[in-house]
Amino acid sequence: MAGSNYTLAELCIVAAAEAWRHDGEVLASGIGPVPRMAASLAKLTINPALLMTDAEAFLVAKPVPLGRRQDGYEPLIEGWMPYARTFELLWRGRRHAMVGPVQVDCYGQSNISVVGDYRRPKAALLGVRGFPGNTYHHPNSMFVPTHTTRAFVAGEVDMVGGIGYNPARWPRGVMPPWLDLRLIVTELCVMDFRGPAHQIRVRSLHPGTSFEQVQDNTGFPLAIAEGLGETPAPTPEALMVLREVIDPNNVRAGVFKGRSAGERRA
Amino acid sequence: MEAREGGAFAAGYLTPRPALPDSGSGMLDKRMSVEEIVGRLKDGMTIGIGGWGARRKPMALIRAVVRSPLKDLAIVAYGGPDVGLLCAAGKVRRLVFGFVSLDVLPLDMHYRAARQAGAFECWELDEGMVQLGLRAAGMRVSFLPTRVGLASDVLRFNPWLRTVRSPYEDGEELVAMKALTLDAALLHVTEADQLGNSVILSPDPFFDDLFARAAEHTYLTCERLVPTSVVCGRERARYNAFERSCVTGVAEVPFGAHPTAGIPGYGIDIEHLAEYNAAVGDGFAGYRQKYIDLAGHAAYLESVGGAERLRAIRAPVF
Repeated sequence: MAGSNYTLAELCIVAAAEAWRHDGEVLASGIGPVPRMAASLAKLTINPALLMTDAEAFLVAKPVPLGRRQDGYEPLIEGWMPYARTFELLWRGRRHAMVGPVQVDCYGQSNISVVGDYRRPKAALLGVRGFPGNTYHHPNSMFVPTHTTRAFVAGEVDMVGGIGYNPARWPRGVMPPWLDLRLIVTELCVMDFRGPAHQIRVRSLHPGTSFEQVQDNTGFPLAIAEGLGETPAPTPEALMVLREVIDPNNVRAGVFKGRSAGERRA
Repeated sequence: MEAREGGAFAAGYLTPRPALPDSGSGMLDKRMSVEEIVGRLKDGMTIGIGGWGARRKPMALIRAVVRSPLKDLAIVAYGGPDVGLLCAAGKVRRLVFGFVSLDVLPLDMHYRAARQAGAFECWELDEGMVQLGLRAAGMRVSFLPTRVGLASDVLRFNPWLRTVRSPYEDGEELVAMKALTLDAALLHVTEADQLGNSVILSPDPFFDDLFARAAEHTYLTCERLVPTSVVCGRERARYNAFERSCVTGVAEVPFGAHPTAGIPGYGIDIEHLAEYNAAVGDGFAGYRQKYIDLAGHAAYLESVGGAERLRAIRAPVF
């Protein structure tokens, strides 16, 4: 296995596409380049029933490639999905989003609002956007490129926008049936929420990383999947679709600057 | 549900409106200048701003607000450079929002600076809650129930938000999203007539209809002011997002959404937004002098490169 024929970004995109495998006919929303490419790949290779938008206001029957398109390119529009309608759809639960939070805690609670004290934050970011409603109503996955203890924090995130499996926040101990956190893909591994009581669990390690390395870079204890293995290498078909159909402009090359090899064993 | 103190209609929902003066036999004429519109706003008002992020924001009106002596405004918005400019000019007492972003440039530096300095009262809500609050105001009910916000810090950091228990068998506890009643809404549409009929021809009308209905007065800027026979018609009637009875005033301002997008017509001026974003702190005085404190809209268009340049800005590729 000397030298990989795929990059770390490609490995992550292919692993993240798995999030939508068993979803059927839901809106796949990939927020940010890697999640969007993953959703596109899922639609083209795993689950063609997925709904998808052009990242603006239209539903498209085929994923729209990233970046500059050929002159005369017209997406195959199959419906209209303005913001107002997106909320109507998501409150019914027929969506699975993959988002890129800045902080995630052991309960899966996530933050894109502020870092630091809420009233006088060190860094003001976007605001909660739709995280509270999304996480209550439909499945969510995450892509967190930089796997560090600053991203996967001890205690709770600084502003709980995306809700999670924190029993203290469900006073009667009953969590809503739709609270459904699925996958977390990072530069080091793929995780899910299938540990005891939804504990975050390492599901597969990217080639060349160890569980200890993942644990050392995470601010809370992780569970280990039984028979923990390696994140599967992308198939030639997946790589072809990704490189030639979804991302001919190689936007993915900018995701992990300077640390791009998918196979990191020396 | 129990009536609140003072009775269910304490908020004045059924207060009879004073009779309007006879509108006479002449045709309604709601045309106003940008300065006239801003002249009708008052210190301390709650003002909703249409559009979304860096798209179809009524920026000519926002620049006029920045030039005006108005202060202590409560702003409700799906925030973009409208919010950033008002923050930079120190106009914002309270911000009711789900996010502030320049789309292609994710973060607005003027908003960030004000937020980090604790410069305004922060009503940070899920975007869907903003929508429900506007809808409640338009329906003249004091709240709408939702699950959005439960178990998140939105409830913790907005202690004015209350929950309500379902009176039906389920007995579920829900968030009672409070009505976001607006004194005024500022919107930018594609075309309008002098009666206040309008169409939004860009791909997404966003929540402009809800802003219009939540507001006591709605003021429009439009790319083109056209006769009634042109503005709507059978073909375009579905792009008419709200009826003219919501509208108090309308001003023709070509490129009135610049530097945000006014599709069809012009895309987001990323180059300008980058300059705007860099003009944070001490740099804002220079930006303001160059682009805001100008004699009129013609001078503004000239300062940003002229109509030809703006027309050539294509829609961003996402």
